[in-house]
Amino acid sequence: MPVIVNIDKCNGCEECLASCPFDAIVIKEGKAFINEYCEVCMACISVCPEGAIIEVEKEKPKGADVGGYEGVWVFAEQRGGEVASVAYELLGVGRKLADELDTELSSVLFGASDTEAQELIRWGADKVYLSNAQIFERFNDEPYSELLSSLIREHKPEIVVAGATPIGRSFIPRVAAKLRTGLTADCTSLEIEKETGNLLQIRPAFGGNIMATILCPNSRPQMATVRPRVMKRGQYDEGRTGEIIDVKADGISSRTRVLDTIKEASEISFNLQEAEIIVSGGRGLGDPKGFKLLQELAQLLDCAVGASRAAVDAGWIPYRHQVGQTGKTVCPKIYIACGISGAVQHLVGMQSSDIIVAINKNAEAPIFNVATYGIVGDLYEIVPLLIKKIKEVKGMGN
Amino acid sequence: MNIIVCVKQVPDTSEVKINPETGTLIREGVPSIINPLDMHAIEAGLQIKEKTGGRVTVLSMGPPQAETALRDAISMGADDAVLLTDRAFAGSDTWATSYTLSSAISKLNADIIICGKQAIDGDTAQVGPEVAEFLNIPHISYVRKIENVAESSIKVQRLMDEGYDVVETKLPVLLTVVKELNEPRLPSLRGKMTAKKAEIKKWSASDIGADENNTGLKGSPTQVRNIFAPEAKKDRTMLEGKPEEQVDALIQELRRLKCL
Repeated sequence: MPVIVNIDKCNGCEECLASCPFDAIVIKEGKAFINEYCEVCMACISVCPEGAIIEVEKEKPKGADVGGYEGVWVFAEQRGGEVASVAYELLGVGRKLADELDTELSSVLFGASDTEAQELIRWGADKVYLSNAQIFERFNDEPYSELLSSLIREHKPEIVVAGATPIGRSFIPRVAAKLRTGLTADCTSLEIEKETGNLLQIRPAFGGNIMATILCPNSRPQMATVRPRVMKRGQYDEGRTGEIIDVKADGISSRTRVLDTIKEASEISFNLQEAEIIVSGGRGLGDPKGFKLLQELAQLLDCAVGASRAAVDAGWIPYRHQVGQTGKTVCPKIYIACGISGAVQHLVGMQSSDIIVAINKNAEAPIFNVATYGIVGDLYEIVPLLIKKIKEVKGMGN
Repeated sequence: MNIIVCVKQVPDTSEVKINPETGTLIREGVPSIINPLDMHAIEAGLQIKEKTGGRVTVLSMGPPQAETALRDAISMGADDAVLLTDRAFAGSDTWATSYTLSSAISKLNADIIICGKQAIDGDTAQVGPEVAEFLNIPHISYVRKIENVAESSIKVQRLMDEGYDVVETKLPVLLTVVKELNEPRLPSLRGKMTAKKAEIKKWSASDIGADENNTGLKGSPTQVRNIFAPEAKKDRTMLEGKPEEQVDALIQELRRLKCL
């Protein structure tokens, strides 16, 4: 274990217990003991009044070399030749990181045309590495990861960011494995640490209502994925110019073939992500019938219905309604959370909404931390009243 | 067919409670379960075995108590179970986890490796594809249907944002599966009996020939710097009073903002 207790110094004061978010410290025979749930977050070290909790020095991994890496890269994915909008969002955050590091922002684009590459430049890229080889037209993990890793080996960027989409989440891990470097999934914020220039990658931590800052200090590039609609697009500049570099894909092959691509229009998930207002329900509904009530409110507001994972897991509503880290990320004008306690995994999927209305019985529920308007109360009392009053406002009577 | 299913023991998050004072997770008394998506991976493995013959081995990395997850998998019908357990594995990130799992898989030999798309505690979805890369074999993510398993190839449907792809690849392959794929079976009584008596192989770092520079915290390129509670919004308004008053206040606000 890299965090250990010096039992000679420990006096069993129990100060450390509450500091541990993973419940990994227990008192045995009057001494603190760190068990296997320890995630090495170091929270307990500064809390111990005796200085009895210490971090065991971690050896630098062999071959660690972070020098000579420069530049920020954004992998821009395309579907059917069209760049996905998450790429423009990543160029927004990528531009900020590059400016802070006083370096270039490049984008990598496979299977699209010059026109699309130009567009990436107008959204903030200085350079675009473009391959329009036929093998990249449809997404295929092996060729994608092979060419991206060889480009990274050749040009040595210090940061590589990609969309946490089905495509990015599938092939980017292979790139990280090839390059023996770290990869942080589903980051909600990316910042540069002033003193070291390291990338601070912030994401929800395991369970519970906590966030973690992840670092990749001893290997390069630092790699992260970011979900769509989490970052804001940067400035679009019609007149912006940059360099497009044609990349050869000779010798790249694949054992896997995509035989067919079938589109299934899912109106509901589309509605959810495009909706201006979302009424969302969680475990606090207590019952699948609760969604009937929310549906009524949603019809009145002409909006979409969302749900927390708890409600989906309970089988009250299909998965396609799920908002949160394992569901959809949404950014409506108004998000009305009914009976949702607000686990961080849910919050990351909706907290960039313009206005958040939270209705919950429990005044301590974390959902109130992100709410614009909070109502502590029984949703089965509040929502019917809300329906009635909205009808009045809209002159619909009863 | 030699089929390996990778499983992870996780806290049952539907049972997890949050300490209202500290906003942290209370693990005390929370049962451990097989990661729900891994249940679909086990079911997929068993169904392939029923068609083609062969053996299903479940593989996990974790503390000694993860043995119970492997016994649960045997009660569903898995033939063998291997637990990778060693202090040297503690604190692994996805890179080190994938390295460790792939070292064990190399020793076991597999035609098909199946993982759940992601675990409910970490939600990264990275370990499956990384294991495939370490083994230098193809992988297909988000498998929602297995159309055909032949002697040296497999054809599946891969779930994407706007539909699905039909994908064919050569064996050996690694698949990560989504819950649309199947309905995991319940353990049979006989399965439970077998599971009780079954031998769970326990392998250490040296058993799988893993380089300790690549395992555990030491082998993990990423580090957790710190953890913190998300900050509360500063411009929050709590609407007080009787329900009627609360709702009136909300409607007033929404009208003021021209949302209604």
